[in-house]
Amino acid sequence: MSEVSAVSAVSEPERRLRVYLVDDHAMFRAGVRAELGNFVDVVGEAGTVPEAVAGITQAQPDVVLLDVHMPEGGGRAVLEALRRTQPQVKFLALSVSDAAEDVIGLIRAGARGYVTKTISPEQLADAVRRVAEDDAVFSPRLAGFVLDAFASRPDVPVADPELDQLTNREREVLRLLARGYAYKEIAKELYISIKTVETHVSNVLRKLQMSNRYELSRWAADRRLV
Amino acid sequence: MTIEPTAAPPRPPDQPVPPAGPPLAYQPRRLYRDRDGRVVAGVAAGLAEHLRLPTVVVRVAFVALLVANGLGALLYIGFWAVLPVAPRTTPRRRRPPGTTLQAIGLFALAAGVILLQLQFTGFGLDATLVGLITLVALGAGIIWHQADPQRRRRDPAPAATSALRRAVEGETEGVRRWFLVRMLGGGLLIIFGIIGILGFFAPVGNVNLSDVLLGLIFSLLALAGLVLTLAPLLNRVFGQLREERVARIREQERAEVAAMVHDQVLHTLALIQRSSSDQASVVRLARGQERSLRNWLYKPSASPTERFAAALEQAAAEVEDAFAITVETVVVGDAENNDSVAALVAATREALVNAARHAKVGTVSLYAEAEEETLSVYVRDRGVGFDMSTMDDDRHGVRGSIIGRMRRHGGQAQVRSAPGEGTEVELTLPRTGVAASEGRQ
Repeated sequence: MSEVSAVSAVSEPERRLRVYLVDDHAMFRAGVRAELGNFVDVVGEAGTVPEAVAGITQAQPDVVLLDVHMPEGGGRAVLEALRRTQPQVKFLALSVSDAAEDVIGLIRAGARGYVTKTISPEQLADAVRRVAEDDAVFSPRLAGFVLDAFASRPDVPVADPELDQLTNREREVLRLLARGYAYKEIAKELYISIKTVETHVSNVLRKLQMSNRYELSRWAADRRLV
Repeated sequence: MTIEPTAAPPRPPDQPVPPAGPPLAYQPRRLYRDRDGRVVAGVAAGLAEHLRLPTVVVRVAFVALLVANGLGALLYIGFWAVLPVAPRTTPRRRRPPGTTLQAIGLFALAAGVILLQLQFTGFGLDATLVGLITLVALGAGIIWHQADPQRRRRDPAPAATSALRRAVEGETEGVRRWFLVRMLGGGLLIIFGIIGILGFFAPVGNVNLSDVLLGLIFSLLALAGLVLTLAPLLNRVFGQLREERVARIREQERAEVAAMVHDQVLHTLALIQRSSSDQASVVRLARGQERSLRNWLYKPSASPTERFAAALEQAAAEVEDAFAITVETVVVGDAENNDSVAALVAATREALVNAARHAKVGTVSLYAEAEEETLSVYVRDRGVGFDMSTMDDDRHGVRGSIIGRMRRHGGQAQVRSAPGEGTEVELTLPRTGVAASEGRQ
């Protein structure tokens, strides 16, 4: 992203993000394409996992909107196929709901956030922009799940304090997220900048992806998400 | 079966229920083989426990009975054949100390008794008969235990998936092989024993033992031939049975899914089609259906009367249904339900209803956290909000059923709002809420 901002400092607000759609429902792809058309460039779409892997490698989008539930392994299969070869591509998971069951697997596989399919076009465009800027997109429910999974329990030994525990500040931010606060409101409530809020959330995302906390691994194993 | 010495003695009704059994129902005191304290098969230990005698007494009695033409061994094997192993209700006990030493002593004693007997009477007719009957009992016992239906249920694998897999695939390969070996071995023992006994009592009188043996070998050969001929047929029959079982399980699962889809999903879709012009009710129907499908797919069901989280989710669902809004419910942690927790849930419900009525938005956030010392609930909407200074006049619901209710149970309620900024209700309850509130009143 750095070369983009260097080259086009003037036209940056004008630069439209390149987005790729992966969903096995053609109707849904058409709907998103129509809704997002005003905000971003939809550079391609795919309905199957192999199609998506080939298409994304070729189109080099900024952000991929990735459906969670698809035949042949779903969004996870796409993520796992592309994560090493295309590290610059950001993935935003799209799910029918934001229940942890649906999305933790994708987050752990490398997606930077997820949104529900009932989201409004403006919010979706906002989420795409946030993911493209390397921030994370957390819903209240995901925030709640993380708080639950990282709850400090004295009896559980912590292997890696850096990854397996949340800081107090991160906890506060997550709590406010879970209470339905927007980033702007969180920043105001905690007297910090929006950028700091984003940093906290990104750190939490990293911990959620990397941590081997007992609760997380067991939770994932129980649901065959490992 | 020639041996039936083992029916458990009738239990006098005033005898206490054995400690292992659940206390809820009358349980006849049953005779089991002891699983953990055994030397050979646990018969003596089990009998001793049942008769409330020291184990060593029973063991010595068995050895002593060997004098009567090996009756002790016969009895022991008879018991072993008929008694089930004690069900595992308590964690594995350690063998009582000294058991091994005792065992060595007993075996030495038994060997002595047998030698002594041989010395005096020689390998007499009666001893041979007892030996043959023992053989039959041993074989019958092996087969009997194999066919025991409890055996299949005994190994612990409670997960539904593995149970299903086991039902579909049958036992594992190794288990099945052992099953066959034991069945065959037991069968052979029985055959030898019976032929021996027949030879003994055969009316023809002077049967040559080698003739019997020859006859036996030819019968076995014939049997093997028969098995070879019938094997493909048997295999096919078993295969069909297994397929049928798989199909039946599938059919049951399909029927369950179909019933749910029919009762709920199709019903909801029909309602949605009928009321497609009324957006609010479409949202309500879709949301309710989503909730119930999700519960059906994922949730381990918890009772709203018992758990805090389940009660909150139920309250949120009721408000969603009643006002056609979406309540984004996030609950972190959980707690037991009690009177004050129920009051907290009721206050939460009231706050949700207020938001649904007055905020003029489609989504309300509900966040609850159960910490070690407090339960907190936040109900937030991004609706029209209101002027806090007017609250006393036109918000009786807030005053009475939220703030008042929380105070009565030792908790607190705070309302934050401003016109155009939405509203947030914060409810907190100390987890020792009941005692605290009673002390205050």
